[in-house]
Amino acid sequence: MAATLDAKSRDTTPVGSKIATTLSSRLGRMFVWLLAILWTVPTLGLLISSVRPERKIKTTGWWTFFTDPQVTLENYSGVLENKVYGLPFSHFFWNTVKIAIPAAVIPIVIAAFAAYAFSWMKFKGRDWIFVLVVGLMVVPLQMCLIPLLKFFSSDFFPDSWVGVYTIWLAHAIFGMPLAIFLLKNFIGSLPSEVIEAARVDGASHLTIFRRIVLPLSVPALASLGIFQFLWVWNDLLVAKVFGGRATNQPMTAAMVDMVGNRGNDWQLLTAGAFVTMIVPLIVFLSLQRFFVRGLLAGSVKG
Amino acid sequence: MVEILKSLSVVAVGIIGFIAVLGGLYWLASQLPEPWRERARVAVFVGPALILLVGGLIIPSIVNLRLSFYTGNGLSPTKWYGLGNFRDIFTNDDNLMVLRNTVWWVLVVTAASVVIGIIIARFADKMRGEPIAKALIFLPTAISMVGAGVIWNFMYATKGNDPDKQFGLITYFWMKLDPILPGHQGPNYWLQDKRFFGIDSNWLPGVNTFFIMAVIVWIQAGFATVVISAALKGVPDDLVEAAKIDGATERQAFFKVVLPYVKGTIITVATTILIAVMKIFDIIQTMGKGGSFGTSTIANEMYEQSFTQDNKGRGAAWAVLLFLAVIPIVFINSRNQRAMREGR
Repeated sequence: MAATLDAKSRDTTPVGSKIATTLSSRLGRMFVWLLAILWTVPTLGLLISSVRPERKIKTTGWWTFFTDPQVTLENYSGVLENKVYGLPFSHFFWNTVKIAIPAAVIPIVIAAFAAYAFSWMKFKGRDWIFVLVVGLMVVPLQMCLIPLLKFFSSDFFPDSWVGVYTIWLAHAIFGMPLAIFLLKNFIGSLPSEVIEAARVDGASHLTIFRRIVLPLSVPALASLGIFQFLWVWNDLLVAKVFGGRATNQPMTAAMVDMVGNRGNDWQLLTAGAFVTMIVPLIVFLSLQRFFVRGLLAGSVKG
Repeated sequence: MVEILKSLSVVAVGIIGFIAVLGGLYWLASQLPEPWRERARVAVFVGPALILLVGGLIIPSIVNLRLSFYTGNGLSPTKWYGLGNFRDIFTNDDNLMVLRNTVWWVLVVTAASVVIGIIIARFADKMRGEPIAKALIFLPTAISMVGAGVIWNFMYATKGNDPDKQFGLITYFWMKLDPILPGHQGPNYWLQDKRFFGIDSNWLPGVNTFFIMAVIVWIQAGFATVVISAALKGVPDDLVEAAKIDGATERQAFFKVVLPYVKGTIITVATTILIAVMKIFDIIQTMGKGGSFGTSTIANEMYEQSFTQDNKGRGAAWAVLLFLAVIPIVFINSRNQRAMREGR
């Protein structure tokens, strides 16, 4: 910004203030790069440490890696086999996969259906109910933890469902208000002529939803999907409360347990932390565009 | 291998089964005679969401409110306690500390994240390599709080007395500063230090709390940067241009024209971070050992009381308090959003 504007305003700006402006924007840019580097160092340090031999990690700083590069993958095989609650860490990775994908897909499908109904179906009290749904974004999920847990442990609810299914259900519940709100904004602003035309041609709601609304909503669904996926993948609280037995828990819970019980085994912790981060990082780096769009669309969650 | 197939099959069965159930219900609805058919179809579309919201959010919230007036162990405490839980929260020293910590958390983290976000968004704007610099700062947003906790536990790690044997970067720098700075910069176990640089005060959280806050600033600053940066790009160039022709310097134009223009966005960012910070939990579990050493916050205490101490009434009261604290912020945010919509 500074460069082009400086050129344009050459005639009106006194020389002294021009120099000050150029200088301050140069300092500003240096500051941005300094922060960018500072922001990267912690993650980089973890990544480098995770491939250094245990003896090295525990006696020297990871920055000595650059003068004394020693690489091993032992930490990774070590952490994947490391027992947490009597099971290898890799088990918890797959638990997270099992939890995260359906817990991202299911609420979005439900919310998309509801958003369609709120936009294009006629029923009594439709607008009032929508306002109520949006209002529910105020409720922190902490308000619901104990009562929901009580319900899941009661006789109405089959014991064998506690675990993955209850975690799915809880994530579906907690993600619902925001998902409906964002999708209604998007689906409701689709051109009504298209939908009316399909209706005149005799298309049913399900057909319109599947053939017209879903394909047109892909950008919104993708943004929301990535958001919900990362949120569920990174979640600790919901899984800890509703996961039941320790062996149902996701990787985050296993990681917290390792921090508590093996807090000084940095060869395990660094590699383990990187294992928990790898999928979000890939998703983030490859789909950053959608992620940013999701953030800009609605930045309130839970 | 078996494990991979098993978990993928759970995923597939879950998703396909769920969609099949929805489809089946819709088919059933379509079999009904006309006055009922349309209503049943509406019910299939909007019903699942409403069931989840009523059964999962509305009723539980009411049950939780009721629970906050009771005390005792187990999932359904039965002993009426009136406002006792709330009285305990506002009179007991440990609980007051939790409230104090949360207030500091909200103020420090929100202010720091927003200010850093504004600075980066401003100076990165249109500079060479802007997307890379912003992506690097934004990256921590994708990482779980647990992962971030481990990363920073490692940064803050301290071992022994020899500066050259430190592997925690922060401790290493700290101890290297010893010959340069006045006083003694010895090995410090940051995350267990519940005093504020040696000062004992009921009003100040410990060093450990500030060190954990830094991690959340590290995470939230990227969010603030990205959103504010997008808003800055929406400021019309003529506006800045006009201010400069009127004799404003770059700095004056930024503070008097650009910042007021994106005020709405900044409020949105601030309120969003505020609400996220109020619910801070994972990071206290990972870095503060679940709130030991005086690091607990409202959401962490809610969990600890409910599920570790088995004091569900107290836990419910903490949740109610959190709810009450969030309401005004959401109100400010929604009023702000409305103003932004009408202003443009």
